[in-house]
Amino acid sequence: MNLTINGEARTVAPLPHLAALVSELGLDPRKVAVERNLEIVPRSAYDRTPVAEGDRIEIVHFIGGG
Amino acid sequence: MDDASQRPAADDTWSVAGRTFTSRLIIGTGKYKDYATNAAAAEAAGAEIVTVAIRRVNLSDPSQPMLVDHVKPDRFTFLPNTAGCFTGEDAVRTLRLAREAGGWNLVKLEVLSDTKHLLPDMEETLRALKLLIADGFEVMVYCNDDPVYARKLEDAGAAAIMPLGAPIGSGRGIQNMLNLGLIIEQSKVPVLVDAGVGTASDAAVAMELGCDAVLMNTAIAEARDPILMASAMRHAVLAGRQAFLAGRMPKRMYADPSSPLSGLI
Repeated sequence: MNLTINGEARTVAPLPHLAALVSELGLDPRKVAVERNLEIVPRSAYDRTPVAEGDRIEIVHFIGGG
Repeated sequence: MDDASQRPAADDTWSVAGRTFTSRLIIGTGKYKDYATNAAAAEAAGAEIVTVAIRRVNLSDPSQPMLVDHVKPDRFTFLPNTAGCFTGEDAVRTLRLAREAGGWNLVKLEVLSDTKHLLPDMEETLRALKLLIADGFEVMVYCNDDPVYARKLEDAGAAAIMPLGAPIGSGRGIQNMLNLGLIIEQSKVPVLVDAGVGTASDAAVAMELGCDAVLMNTAIAEARDPILMASAMRHAVLAGRQAFLAGRMPKRMYADPSSPLSGLI
């Protein structure tokens, strides 16, 4: 399955839901926010949000800033 | 070191968007050599609020240190910013993500115009402010030291007005005390100097003018000893605040002797 994650093309094995993708990427779901095709996915909905061919995923977190 | 005389008076608080704070020094979390120094500086500054940015996670190395592991959101109120946004839509998208990442609706809006001087695009800032308020955010707005636009921002519902003292990261101090004074005088929401502070006396000047608080990043992060500078800023903000409350003496054209001239031998 081909996805674009944070602007990079990635090929991943089919995944049941967004929670599985976040885990597959080694990220702590409590410390990130996720957008799927420009729509924010609430953290509580990760395990019922599908990941589909061609999805554009953005995963962000807090970093230092002024 | 931390005796009562160095802390702000407990009853001299300020409030923004229904939240009350004792510290009048907000610090940024950018440009530090590491997050541990950043956290130590925040403690030395006595800060209760820190600004944070939101960016893509590093997918190639998800084990990299994370801000929230050092500067903890249960210790500091996070104020997510829109640094790097040049349009209202970018700002709204960024802060919606920030709200999802942390659940905060108190945010700092900055919409910049040009990467060379980083001065705010006030027309776009005002438009973005209206979009964010419609989306339920409480917005502290970085702006030019322009009383006319400051009034427009307040009328549109800004939770705080945050005029620059000088361009971001320039360390040039307060460039227009007159305009800043006009903004402070006219505003019913808190006014904070955000950007331009270079050293402790700049922060004291801002507070002496009657600002509610000061926001700074580079002045601490790029000091040779950031933790010592954070402490200096804490004292400067407190000194400036106390001087403002105390009411300064009038300026005179000529000298006025402190010792009586009568009774001289």
